[in-house]
Amino acid sequence: MQQKLNTFSGIVFAVYVWTCALAFCAIAGLLLYSVVSAGVTQVNWAFLTQEPIDSGRDGGIAPIILSTVLIIGVCLLATVPLGVGTAIFLADRISGKSKLAIGIRTALDVLGGVPSIIFGLFGNAFFCIALGMGYSILSGGLTLACMVLPIFVRVAESAIRNVAVDHYRAAMALALSKWTTTFRVILPRAIPGLLAALTLGIARALAETAALIFTSGYVTRFPESLNDSGRSLSVHIYDLALNVTGGNDRAFATASVLVILLLLINVVTHFVTRKLLRQS
Amino acid sequence: MIETKQLSVAYAGKSVIRDVSLKVDQGEILAIVGPSGCGKSSFLAAINRLTDLVPGASITGQVLVDCCDIRSTTRTPVELRKCAGMIFQKPNPFEMSIRKNIQLPLREHGVRSKSELDRITEEVLQKVGLWSEVQDRLNQSATQLSGGQQQRLCIARAMALRPQIMLMDEPCSALDPISSSTVEALIESMRGEFTVVIVTHNLAQARRISDRTAVFWLVDGVGQLIAEGETKQVFENPQSEVAAAYFSGLKG
Repeated sequence: MQQKLNTFSGIVFAVYVWTCALAFCAIAGLLLYSVVSAGVTQVNWAFLTQEPIDSGRDGGIAPIILSTVLIIGVCLLATVPLGVGTAIFLADRISGKSKLAIGIRTALDVLGGVPSIIFGLFGNAFFCIALGMGYSILSGGLTLACMVLPIFVRVAESAIRNVAVDHYRAAMALALSKWTTTFRVILPRAIPGLLAALTLGIARALAETAALIFTSGYVTRFPESLNDSGRSLSVHIYDLALNVTGGNDRAFATASVLVILLLLINVVTHFVTRKLLRQS
Repeated sequence: MIETKQLSVAYAGKSVIRDVSLKVDQGEILAIVGPSGCGKSSFLAAINRLTDLVPGASITGQVLVDCCDIRSTTRTPVELRKCAGMIFQKPNPFEMSIRKNIQLPLREHGVRSKSELDRITEEVLQKVGLWSEVQDRLNQSATQLSGGQQQRLCIARAMALRPQIMLMDEPCSALDPISSSTVEALIESMRGEFTVVIVTHNLAQARRISDRTAVFWLVDGVGQLIAEGETKQVFENPQSEVAAAYFSGLKG
């Protein structure tokens, strides 16, 4: 066997695959390095705890971190219950095959392909103006939820569907109710997959700029409630890089914070998932 | 007691079994044998109406469980499934503790008192011979048990609902030989107390444990009952040539 692999085509194949894999590592590494090396030296306690001064050229990003956390929080509070419910409906062996389910899937696929700027305009027209929420963390979080839901639902659906049919049949044979079957038997087994869906959702939400500029706004002060406008990290980077002369260094510093935050979230969910899988 | 009269099952218009008339007496062990795909599992699923879960499944003919038609309006599927427990090929304990595996269905069906729950838990675990193995770790995850232990836990879980009937779909075929013989002994011990219908690919097992045997076969692409009777008779004087060839390993 070993020898047969050493044919010409085998070597070409190995070179091709390894080149692709290494290229991706290199791109990711380069990206991280360029952002972090340019910015991380300015990240210190003061930067994380002070308010921005002089449009962000000086001072820190404390209110921006708070706004970001609040926006993501609102987004998740809306996404998780709605998304898990929809995923349960779609993954069900009977309702998941209905015309309504096919309609929902099509709608989600369409929504998943809509550019984020369109979500921003929609959020502005619907949440800010029609529902009267104005430029607020609430509007921004809900707009993000609309954006995150398509990807969250599809990943959660497959996580629930992947729970072996055996468990579903066992529950039915024991005459357990739909409620018990879903929430006590099926969902606990789907948690690792649901966490993956959540991580993807958070990552997408954290990265978002266009959908937030028109909905949660870009004032840099501390938000006092969810009805206040607030600037997210991504919007701050965008603003510093494009609208503030001399803001580049601080843009890189903020980007470092964002990247580190993303990495942290990934690492944490990775370990939680591993722990859950080891228990079972 | 189970009786089927001209029972046919079809999925989305395609017949899988046709005109099966069989009777299983109270406390008796009936083995169903036959090659793959001849409708043995569908027959079992029709008895406790698990076929309801398959979109497009239809049942014609009659199934009487303890003399009551399974589709009669006086008995809901919930009551039917409590009366007829089911064990599957792959052990399928829920992802929770050993104790909860048994108590979740009990709670669902109205047993509330803690002492009663614990009493039933001990009783059924004793019955399946697991009590001495797990009494110190009832709060551990059931998925950490060995395959044979998991299968016995599933049997205990079904027993906890006090069924009269046990439907077993190849309960030993995913187990190692030692676990398999433990579970087999357990099934034999159910004789008299439960009416057992066991689907098995293992002819020797059917011969060892069953009172009566039914042979299913594919006739024109549809599963049918081709032989049925006392196990000894069915194996030693097969009523049909096909069954004789199947037993001798020439067919199936």
